[in-house]
Amino acid sequence: MKRREILKGLILFIPAGGALRALASQGGPTVAGPKEGSGKPDAKVYDPESHYYGMGIEVDKCIGCNRCVEACKAENDVPQEPFFFRTWVERYVIKKDGEVIVESISVKGGARQPAVQEDPDVLRTFFVPKLCNQCANPPCVQVCPVQATFSTEDGVVLVDRDRCIGCRYCIQACPYGARYLDPRTKTADKCTFCYHRVVKGLLPACVEACPTQARIFGDLKSRASRLVRFTRMNRVHVLKPGLNTEPKVYYAQLDGEVR
Amino acid sequence: MNVPEQVKRLGLVVGVIVVGVLLTRFYLLPRSLVSTELQRASTVAWWSAWPAKFAGSETCQACHEDVAARKSKGFHKNLACEGCHGPAVKHAEDPSAVKPSAPRDRKFCPVCHAYDASRPTGFPQINPVAHNPLKPCIACHNPHDPVPPRTPTACAACHAQIERVKAVSSHALLQCTTCHTVPERHKTAPRSALPSKPETREFCAKCHGKDATLVKEAPRIDLSTHGGAFRCWECHYPHLPGERT
Repeated sequence: MKRREILKGLILFIPAGGALRALASQGGPTVAGPKEGSGKPDAKVYDPESHYYGMGIEVDKCIGCNRCVEACKAENDVPQEPFFFRTWVERYVIKKDGEVIVESISVKGGARQPAVQEDPDVLRTFFVPKLCNQCANPPCVQVCPVQATFSTEDGVVLVDRDRCIGCRYCIQACPYGARYLDPRTKTADKCTFCYHRVVKGLLPACVEACPTQARIFGDLKSRASRLVRFTRMNRVHVLKPGLNTEPKVYYAQLDGEVR
Repeated sequence: MNVPEQVKRLGLVVGVIVVGVLLTRFYLLPRSLVSTELQRASTVAWWSAWPAKFAGSETCQACHEDVAARKSKGFHKNLACEGCHGPAVKHAEDPSAVKPSAPRDRKFCPVCHAYDASRPTGFPQINPVAHNPLKPCIACHNPHDPVPPRTPTACAACHAQIERVKAVSSHALLQCTTCHTVPERHKTAPRSALPSKPETREFCAKCHGKDATLVKEAPRIDLSTHGGAFRCWECHYPHLPGERT
């Protein structure tokens, strides 16, 4: 009998809580109203909803000069020591017996010597620039325990440095190895497509610095953008398509061995 | 309905706690602390406010029109200024206080133009060890309008072997006619009208002698002590002078 009463009381409580919540949410926007209003002038200058960014990479044009890596480090204050990269360049060496050697040529003092010059065993060798794929379905965002990383409306995955607890879960989850832990802030860091430049209408630093136009940056929502043209005119591939991450970095002339 | 006294009291306590939590959550806490949208908006604003360091080529062109005009016609027309000169926003803000770097040594150009098997075929590449050793790239190539220097193709049409060797030597930029006088008839009757060849040590000394003034960068020797009675080409092959024969 008593137990039934308690349950009845509880049943009454729950709708009461809901009603309170409804009341509160009515009150909420009126409090925040002026703030949102003050934010609107910026929105007129740059409307994130009308953009959706991606990058195209023409593998056949990359000369492995590392200008993009250096520009990225300078622009975004990435630690200069090796092993901290928002973008990097890999050298693929495919041997005739099927062996594939992959090395990052961005590590200074390390692998930055020319490849086997006239090696008869080498079938093909080329460079592949890599960076965060700014996935439309990003695994790093799914695993973040504190929602410190998220996709913006214009299709860039950003990290909230105030909220990040540095648990490295996202670094493990990224199938492309695009994230690193900044040793100074102890927070996860990654390519932002140079968000600060893009919203001002500038190109990302790596695209600006690339001497051979191997990187193409553009807006997937604009039919006239260089990137949309690039994806139309080339047969493009994404990295690890089987993972269903829906990357927005599109590779043209990509060798099947590239992972 | 007879509700026991202890249940009423417990209910009151629970009610106060619930109301307190709800009030705190929805009225006392600032919205910026609980709203995901506001947090994300502030993160987006934070990243948007990051200072740019690369000004972009259009900014450079606004002042350096002459360089831009020259560059726009050459092989380097698609290169960004800051690709070689480094980030220049500070220079654009205060042109006299901050000067961007201008790479001048031989180490810089081979970052792109040294031979590397992984580079795409057709991209201009040289072997920095054999290609005009020790000479700064900018002595022959203007970085804003790089044109590969050429010897007269008329000679190379027949003397391709010499041309190929000479092209990678430190004499690459010398015309064939710098050292050989070629009679016009040599083109039609090559064996009956032979070009001249240098005959004396003094000919080489015009550039390589201790007091030579003709070329600034050429290596110098003292004719009176260097080589004794031997003539220059008995040790140095003039078409590939770095290598001793």
